[in-house]
Amino acid sequence: MSSPETPSSDRLAPGAGDGRTGPVPGPAEPAETPEEVSRTGTLRMLVSNKVTAAGLVILVLVVLLAVLGRWIAPYGANDIDVVNALQPPSGAHLFGTDELGRDVFSRVVLSARISLTVGLVAVGIALVVGVALGLVAGFFGGWPDTVIMRSADVLFAFPILLLAMAIVAVLGPGLTTAMIAIGVVYTPIFARITRASTLAVREELYVKASQAVGASDGLILRRHVLPNIMGPITVQTSLSLAFAILSEAALSFLGLGVQPPEPSWGRMLYDAQAFIYDAWWMSVFPGLAIFLTVLAFNLVGDGMRDVLDPRQRTADEIRRSA
Amino acid sequence: MSSPLLRFLVKRLLHTVVVLFGVLVVVFALLQLVPGDPVRVALGTRFTQESYDALREASGLDRPLLVQFFAYIGNALTGNLGVSFRSGEPVTLILLDRLPATVSLGLAGITIALLIAFPLGTWAALRRGSAADGGIRAVSQFGVSVPDFWLGLLLIIVFSTMLGLLPPSGYVPFTEDPWGWLQRVILPGLAVGVVSGSIMTRYVRSAVLDVVGSHYVRTARSKGLPRRTVIGRHVMRNALVPILTVAGVQAATMLGGLIVIEVVFAWPGLGRLVFDAVAARDYPVVQGTVLLIALIFLLINLLVDILYAVVDPRIRVS
Repeated sequence: MSSPETPSSDRLAPGAGDGRTGPVPGPAEPAETPEEVSRTGTLRMLVSNKVTAAGLVILVLVVLLAVLGRWIAPYGANDIDVVNALQPPSGAHLFGTDELGRDVFSRVVLSARISLTVGLVAVGIALVVGVALGLVAGFFGGWPDTVIMRSADVLFAFPILLLAMAIVAVLGPGLTTAMIAIGVVYTPIFARITRASTLAVREELYVKASQAVGASDGLILRRHVLPNIMGPITVQTSLSLAFAILSEAALSFLGLGVQPPEPSWGRMLYDAQAFIYDAWWMSVFPGLAIFLTVLAFNLVGDGMRDVLDPRQRTADEIRRSA
Repeated sequence: MSSPLLRFLVKRLLHTVVVLFGVLVVVFALLQLVPGDPVRVALGTRFTQESYDALREASGLDRPLLVQFFAYIGNALTGNLGVSFRSGEPVTLILLDRLPATVSLGLAGITIALLIAFPLGTWAALRRGSAADGGIRAVSQFGVSVPDFWLGLLLIIVFSTMLGLLPPSGYVPFTEDPWGWLQRVILPGLAVGVVSGSIMTRYVRSAVLDVVGSHYVRTARSKGLPRRTVIGRHVMRNALVPILTVAGVQAATMLGGLIVIEVVFAWPGLGRLVFDAVAARDYPVVQGTVLLIALIFLLINLLVDILYAVVDPRIRVS
């Protein structure tokens, strides 16, 4: 998977071992520090790609909806108005109303916060646990490596949604369970990527030099290894956010994720099934919200991959389909 | 059979056995991790002391944990997956009853995925950088991002509600009524197939691009061979190995997507079964379905790896 030529290691300047994550040597302004150079350079390259820029715009809009939702939504998520139930889209109700007369637009807007929260927390769990396990497996090797990677293989043997469903079946449905379940199923992906990148960085001269002068393992991992493997991890984080949001929507659609009265896109689609012949708007708009959010994360993830980790493209695609 | 290949096969097989053992441990642990007494939880309002005792004994939960574990492994290896908490039927029989529906939908899905991915991916690769390439890549990106269950709902709205062309749900076994089966499998097959096909389109494009850029294709071109011969004899034949590998991996991955699609289209397969079992807290059925799907997943991946090793000698050496 990774080799000593892995971009995350060889693209770095000799001083990279001191904790800088300078993944791409972008055009530098003289007044900028090396960290600023890499950050602005990366951002510039991301924005210069029109497709990635479009993804970033959608993403910013979704985040704005999530943050400012309660001021944007004209109605409350659970404002029932049975007299106006199942109304098609109109000036009063942009996306129509559901079977209880609730405003679909408001519910779509207010669901953004929950979907993003579930995605962020779940991927956060997977990121922290997976990276820690991957670092241990890749850096120390031996039996910890065998145990961690064989456990990851076992978790990889279950289709993602099935494993998440099984965890929810055990712990009971709900927001917290959904976050834990999605976090658990995405952990092995981060462990694998981290391990592969760590294996490559472990052999670098600056790591060997640190070991020779007696630096502790913890210090080497923190200062030298982790900063140099952030490229593939960052890319995977963006792509995983897309799939975590999809997984949450699927779990909620199956009635196993977010529970009423809390609004969620997946749950709205679950409710819409019963009215599929009478109210198409109940199915179309929440799904469109999921689609655009996932698309935005995918576009940004692909753009980040091209900038931060271009040679990982095929490997990442294989992981995404796994 | 050459010895590196044999060594690869043995190693790969052993790896599968180890992972399968891990899968069994996870599936066994599912029931143990249920907070409280799973039998009591499963019985719910149907609880009576007699039914509780009977079910606990039938499922072996009255025995010590280690005994339960080894009994579970032993029974699972002989095809005995316990009895349903809800109906009292053997789980294996329930699974066998539902398996054909899932297999037939999976086959329809992978066929549709290949029909989408193969021509589009090849076309995009052979016209790299053109508007067609850009368009196909954009459509494939859309397909990857679309929730399959939402696509299923949209297909029902358009083809069943608006146009009235196809039935919105239901299932007829292929062996009983092939035409009825075909009518009912198109929409769910499209819902899973479009998503898988979009992912595969990217792989087909990149596999064809890899081959197009290779030395032997350049040589074939420089010899003055017609474009059609170069593409047919050199490009497609060599790109087929990675494409078929991805098709196998996608077939395995599709199993996850089938669960939710079976729920949308009331397709009585394993996905619908596990959905109902989770709702009814019928843990032995949940365990059995999870185990069977993981087993199919492992077997498809094993088969893909073996085929790949047989076809491509480089993989054995690595």
